Amino acid sequence: MLYSVIGYYSLILGLCFGLILIFFSVKNFQNSKFDTKILSFTFLQFFFVVISFLCLVVSFILSDFSNETVFNNSHTTKPLFYKIAGTWGNHEGSLLLWLFVLTLFILIFLIKSKNQPTKYKILTLVFQQIIIIGFFVFLIKTSNPFNFLFPTPEEGLGLNPILQDPALAIHPPILYLGYVGSSIIFSSALAATSLNLITKSWATHIKKWILVSWIFLTLGILLGSIWAYYELGWGGFWFWDPVENVSLMPWLALTTLLHCILVLEKKLILTSWVIILSISTFTLSMCGTFLVRSGILNSVHTFANDPERGLFILVFLFSLIFISLFIFFFFHKNNKNNPTSFFWLSKETSIIINNWFMMYFLSVVLIGTVYPIFLDVLSSQKISVGPPFYHKLIIPFLIPFLLMMAIGPKLKWVKSNLNNKIYLIILLIISILLSFLIVKNFDTNFLLNTILISSAIYLFFITLRDFFNKKYTNISQNISHFGFSVLILSILLNNLFSTEIITNLKVGENFKFENTKIIFENINQKEEKNYRSIIGNFTIQNSDGKIENMSPELRIYNQPNIVTSEADIKTTLVSDTFIVINLVQNQDYFNIRYQVKPFMIWIWLSVILISFGGLISLMKKDYEK
Amino acid sequence: MKNKFLPFSLIFVFIIIFVIFYKGMKDKNIYIPEAKINKKIPLFSAELFHSNKIVNSSEIFDSKKFYLLNIWSSWCVPCREEHSLLMILAKDKNIDVIGLNYKDTKINATTFLDNLGNPYENIIFDKDGTKAIEWGAFGVPESFLIYNNKVIKKYIGPLNQKIITEIKKNVK
Repeated sequence: MLYSVIGYYSLILGLCFGLILIFFSVKNFQNSKFDTKILSFTFLQFFFVVISFLCLVVSFILSDFSNETVFNNSHTTKPLFYKIAGTWGNHEGSLLLWLFVLTLFILIFLIKSKNQPTKYKILTLVFQQIIIIGFFVFLIKTSNPFNFLFPTPEEGLGLNPILQDPALAIHPPILYLGYVGSSIIFSSALAATSLNLITKSWATHIKKWILVSWIFLTLGILLGSIWAYYELGWGGFWFWDPVENVSLMPWLALTTLLHCILVLEKKLILTSWVIILSISTFTLSMCGTFLVRSGILNSVHTFANDPERGLFILVFLFSLIFISLFIFFFFHKNNKNNPTSFFWLSKETSIIINNWFMMYFLSVVLIGTVYPIFLDVLSSQKISVGPPFYHKLIIPFLIPFLLMMAIGPKLKWVKSNLNNKIYLIILLIISILLSFLIVKNFDTNFLLNTILISSAIYLFFITLRDFFNKKYTNISQNISHFGFSVLILSILLNNLFSTEIITNLKVGENFKFENTKIIFENINQKEEKNYRSIIGNFTIQNSDGKIENMSPELRIYNQPNIVTSEADIKTTLVSDTFIVINLVQNQDYFNIRYQVKPFMIWIWLSVILISFGGLISLMKKDYEK
Repeated sequence: MKNKFLPFSLIFVFIIIFVIFYKGMKDKNIYIPEAKINKKIPLFSAELFHSNKIVNSSEIFDSKKFYLLNIWSSWCVPCREEHSLLMILAKDKNIDVIGLNYKDTKINATTFLDNLGNPYENIIFDKDGTKAIEWGAFGVPESFLIYNNKVIKKYIGPLNQKIITEIKKNVK
């Protein structure tokens, strides 16, 4: 009760500080000085958001059901960890978290940018405050996390069990750091454009922020994917679900931006690319929020279908788009002194080609995600766009993309030639041969698979070789590209060599298929605090005599009453074995799904490697001599 | 001239997108589990499950007969639940049940049919799920009642006793 009141009024105070900040900024902007008050007010705003956030956390810990958000999403029998994680496992709480990150980032930004021009700092603050105020109003008006319930209910409704998972507990904060980090890039790019400050030093300064958001966004997507792998019980890790797509789109834009900013830092070209990408990364993040929160798409992330919320984000999103369009067209002057054409064989050209490929991937994902909505509105036809669409459009284009990734970084700025690069060709031949050996036993899509795998292996070899090349100093880029080659390679091999057995078994029965024998030994029951579980014990025998015991689980949660299946996964460096059971209604049978998935762990490790490359680049003082 | 044209056309495009999103939000986005439609069935050629033969849609669907096209997969749990009803329907002489095996492997699908019985007159094998898209399917299971090369009715989600009775009444 008390905490709800404190939390609510802290929010109002935070909003007030936002308005005061805009007022002071405009005043300071005119006489071009940076008042220390601005920093204190930003800090106070952040402070009140923290207070408000902590109040919500405490309400969740104390199971204070007079608070509507807590009532809707918590339950007394829930473990403490999930009571805390439940704070951001719902619409209101997650928006508060979003606000928390927004204010945190602008505070750090102001502290870290002491040496930047005053006007630029103030203008960035103004743009950021417009976003912050927008979210404050949104939160207070349509999604207040501190609504009272009277009379106070005895018990809460509970958190959706599939969200009660450690990976998912940290997935939103990490992902938000990435999403919201892009807001700083957005504000800063708009400020720099208005003041005509797109320079090499601006690029160096904003590059750090791009890297930070990029690292968090990458890790956030990874966590969501890991969760889907072991919790949803399908054995897949990427479903091309609209919700996954809306996190992938900002990532693609941000990755492209990361490459462009490196060019801008060196050569002061591609300025339009950088501005537009900075704008689109954040608007795509916002657009994602709109799509999943407005109920226009249905998914686990759609917490509540409230048209008012959707309308607010929609109007807010489009205002931001129009403001940025205006600033871009009004203030951005293309520097006439810059050469617009480059020598064909140069780093610039290769990065531009990379950009166009990324834009292509981005538009495929974008169209796949929003086309069903457009079609539904325009002709009331309902269609679903599934993995085949994305695979058909994306996979063929990965081949030149991978080859570009291998060769591009070898090129020099301005003009280069590929003298004395026989090893490039030798490695290519080796890759094709290797890939041929891997794929030769498969009859489907033989040619495509061979070429695809050879280009992935090629990138793998080239980047691997560069680790031992002393002349080659750009270690962070190399790690990330190496990680990407491992990622693509693991995904491809995983797809080709995964095997799966699905059958129905009673307790005590066994099933033999080719080299594998699955024995359903027995079932146990277990009572936990907030669920009952049925554990099946299985013995898997392979022809080489290897015996493994696996125990997948069915959990029957009490609040709300939902059955989830917990897969049992045995992970080794070479492959994952995955077993999951399901109840078949009204029968004694259990539906058993057993999969062997090679190189699964490498998919996760390679993504960590990719973001690790970003981290190294962030740590490094200066990029590429 | 060019400089003015671009921003205005962009603004125009964004306004259209805005309107579409706005309208899309107003629509209730709940799938109707049953829909009456009178649309021609899609023309396609597909691989048959048992014979590996590539056939055209016209070879499967005779215009003088009732068909129930059932989209199923061995990995789909609701498909298992509705399967016994399909077995009952298969005994009806007035209607043929055609299967569309969706994103499945032949081994798993065969095990499925061996365990639970095969109600299907013919099975279209749709390994990558593209044939189901041509039918406008949302997912599995889904069934289409067909007569005279037209989809008369569409059932989304698992069939139940009530639907089966209704189908039987329709095809008499």
